[in-house]
Amino acid sequence: MDFDLSDDQRLLADSVTRLMADRYGFEARKAFLKQPDGWSTEMWGRYAELGLLGVPFAEEHGGFGGGAVEVMLVMQELGRALALEPYLATVVLGGTAVRLGGSAAQQAAILPAVAEGTLKLAFAHGERDARYDLSDVQTTAKRGNGGWVLDGAKSVVFHGDSADKLVVSARIKGARDDPDGIGLFLVDAGAQGLARRGYTLRDETRAAEVSLTHVAVADGDVLGEAGAAFPVIERVVETGIAAMGAEAVGAMETMQSMTLEYSRTREQFGKPIGSNQVVQHRLSEMLMALEQGRSMAMLATVSVEDADPAERARNISMAKVGYGQSARFVSQQAIQMHGGIGMTEEYAVGHYFRRAMVIEHTFGDTAFHLARLAAQVE
Amino acid sequence: MDLRFTPEELAFRDEVRAFIRDNLPADIRERMRLGYSPRKQDVIAWQRILNRKGWAALSWPKEWGGPGWSAVQRMIFIEENQAAPAPELLSFNITMLGPVLIQFGTEEQKRRFLPRAANLDDWWCQGFSEPGAGSDLASLKTAARREGDHYVVNGSKIWTSTAHNADWCFVLVRTNPNAAKRQEGISFLLVDMKTPGITVRPIISIDGAHHLNEVFFDDVKVPVEMRIHEENRGWDVAKFLLGNERTGIARLGKSRERVAAAKEAARAVRFNGKPLIEDPTFRQRVAQLEVDMKALQITQYRVVSAGAKKSDGRPDPLSSVLKVKGTELLQSTTELAMDAAGPLAMPIWAQELAEMANEPDMLAEAAEQAAGNYLFLRAASIYGGTNEIQKNILSKAVLRL
Ligand SMILES: Cc1cc2nc3c(=O)[nH]c(=O)nc-3n(C[C@H](O)[C@H](O)[C@H](O)COP(=O)(O)OP(=O)(O)OC[C@H]3O[C@@H](n4cnc5c(N)ncnc54)[C@H](O)[C@@H]3O)c2cc1C
Repeated sequence: MDFDLSDDQRLLADSVTRLMADRYGFEARKAFLKQPDGWSTEMWGRYAELGLLGVPFAEEHGGFGGGAVEVMLVMQELGRALALEPYLATVVLGGTAVRLGGSAAQQAAILPAVAEGTLKLAFAHGERDARYDLSDVQTTAKRGNGGWVLDGAKSVVFHGDSADKLVVSARIKGARDDPDGIGLFLVDAGAQGLARRGYTLRDETRAAEVSLTHVAVADGDVLGEAGAAFPVIERVVETGIAAMGAEAVGAMETMQSMTLEYSRTREQFGKPIGSNQVVQHRLSEMLMALEQGRSMAMLATVSVEDADPAERARNISMAKVGYGQSARFVSQQAIQMHGGIGMTEEYAVGHYFRRAMVIEHTFGDTAFHLARLAAQVE
Repeated sequence: MDLRFTPEELAFRDEVRAFIRDNLPADIRERMRLGYSPRKQDVIAWQRILNRKGWAALSWPKEWGGPGWSAVQRMIFIEENQAAPAPELLSFNITMLGPVLIQFGTEEQKRRFLPRAANLDDWWCQGFSEPGAGSDLASLKTAARREGDHYVVNGSKIWTSTAHNADWCFVLVRTNPNAAKRQEGISFLLVDMKTPGITVRPIISIDGAHHLNEVFFDDVKVPVEMRIHEENRGWDVAKFLLGNERTGIARLGKSRERVAAAKEAARAVRFNGKPLIEDPTFRQRVAQLEVDMKALQITQYRVVSAGAKKSDGRPDPLSSVLKVKGTELLQSTTELAMDAAGPLAMPIWAQELAEMANEPDMLAEAAEQAAGNYLFLRAASIYGGTNEIQKNILSKAVLRL
């Protein structure tokens, strides 16, 4: 067991911490929200300068050559700052799909551009009727025009509105929820027949409904073997769950420390509310939940690269349940301990609350992952 | 002992149900069924329909338009009305101001305000909390200085729900800053929201909606005859108001309505290849909430029945049980409804729905409202005395710790 970071990892963490502390205060964030894409292109450039957009990519692709731990370090800081940029969508989800599913040529064409900050990706997999079921894909891919033709619709595609390229899943053969027969396709945002309607999620990040009507895809834009993409999809989602776990930890840390600070300064009945034992115990419970959640986010991080798919899936599900429950508890108590002020849009804590809520409902909620675990109880 | 409703009570419940079914305008019902908060005009329209029937001034004496119901009947009505779902009677008018006027008001004040409050001709709001005075309400600072036949009010109130809709506000002010006890320097005033010097600033809450406000008073003149009860005795009025009508505080009908919304969503979405409603874990969660609702219903019944037999008029400390358990339950039901919506609970669909207006999307609409309800009702354990404060009351008043 080893919880220490290497020197390089520490340097990476410090540089992100400094960048976010300098540039990503709550007021700055409000200004970023007003930009056309709903996030800061300037910050995106700075992430690129610092090498953050290439953290998990190989050095030959302009990357940092990092793994899940490096991604965790970045995501934790983004979580603390409640960053709005499409890091998860582009680097973690889209990047992992290309990294694990793409040919050498595809990787060479895409990953360096992502690392430079000139190409943004989105992972267009979830569908309206699929809920959390990863194999439930009704979008179809049929042979035609010397390549593939895609038809269907994708729902709640994170940052799908500002992405330059979408990684789209579509069914080549098989029944609606057959894991077999699904392909992943690289589709330009401007492709004929692709339409996007962007909107804001509860946490103010952006997403889109994407519809595909006879969208032509060349054979060279199929990621991996057409029809056998499900294992890649699973790994993209697992990587996403691990990254969001780190983000949730960053958000929980902030909620915990804001609440602690508030309990010291807010006075009622002539004394700080934090002098009441009830409040002290509640803050202690928040701390315990945060630490348990942190442990589970770490579990997800180290599991992402586990070679055994069953073991990996099991640990990822455990982690999602664990940090999801922690995030729900910590965020609910953060509002409760703030009283009325915690309920307002003007105050930061409610924004962290809603990021936690969105994370919980992404890639399977607590009930979904518990059911997966329950099915395996011996 | 019999925990069931009597045949008369059952008949009464059926009568209430039938009346709501036959008289609640369909568009209001439909919006509420999707989880929307009622709009101002919906609240007014429904309260006027009820008032015409004589069912608005719930706990008021008959001479002031009350229906003459027992506490149990009021409980049944409130629950049926919430579960319908129909807009609730405006509590500021019906459960707060009305009983206060009846207990402490002059004949002139009663005649002027009660009929209009019952019919929602005047929309009232509650100006108690201040930035520095939340749980510790008695530390309020908004000052009223006596000048001849009026008071001059300066200060600010916060969290004033619906002040932006309101015609009038009942306000706690400090009339004697030098009183020996803080509680002894407070008065209770009725303030016309149109009076010069009042500014209402919206506060948007985490559900993105406008329920709350800050209200600023800048040399606001309030005639002395707008004071309720004696000068510096306003704390007695506030205590009466806060402890007065606890029926309905458990908000069981609203919990029932949220569980129904969750079930409806669960019929429409799939989980493990089957409708979510068939998933054993989901069903267990519903079953657990039904157990909790049943327990609370019986506890509420007991508190209400005991209250009807008590003669001292003092609030039952057990009503804190109803508040804490009721809001915990309500919050759990909003979590269930949101979780049932799944990933659809994440987007703010309004813009999308507007663009796609020719294709109504009830599932998305209900999902958005499920998330909105989850977010806004985090406040249920904060307003009306936080749950921590309710437990302090139980510790002191019941357990004598
Ligand atoms: C949605 C909403 C609607 C509202 N509507 C109105 C309205 O219409 N009119 C109006 O006048 N007010 C209204 N309020 C205000 C409400 O009554 C106050 O928010 C409430 O009394 C708590 O006060 P506070 O927000 O200042 O929190 P604080 O009193 O500062 O409390 C902060 C935290 O400390 C805890 N705490 C405080 N003291 C103690 C103690 N002694 N022991 C243990 N814990 C303690 C609290 O439980 C809470 O968790 C509304 C509030 C909300 C959120």
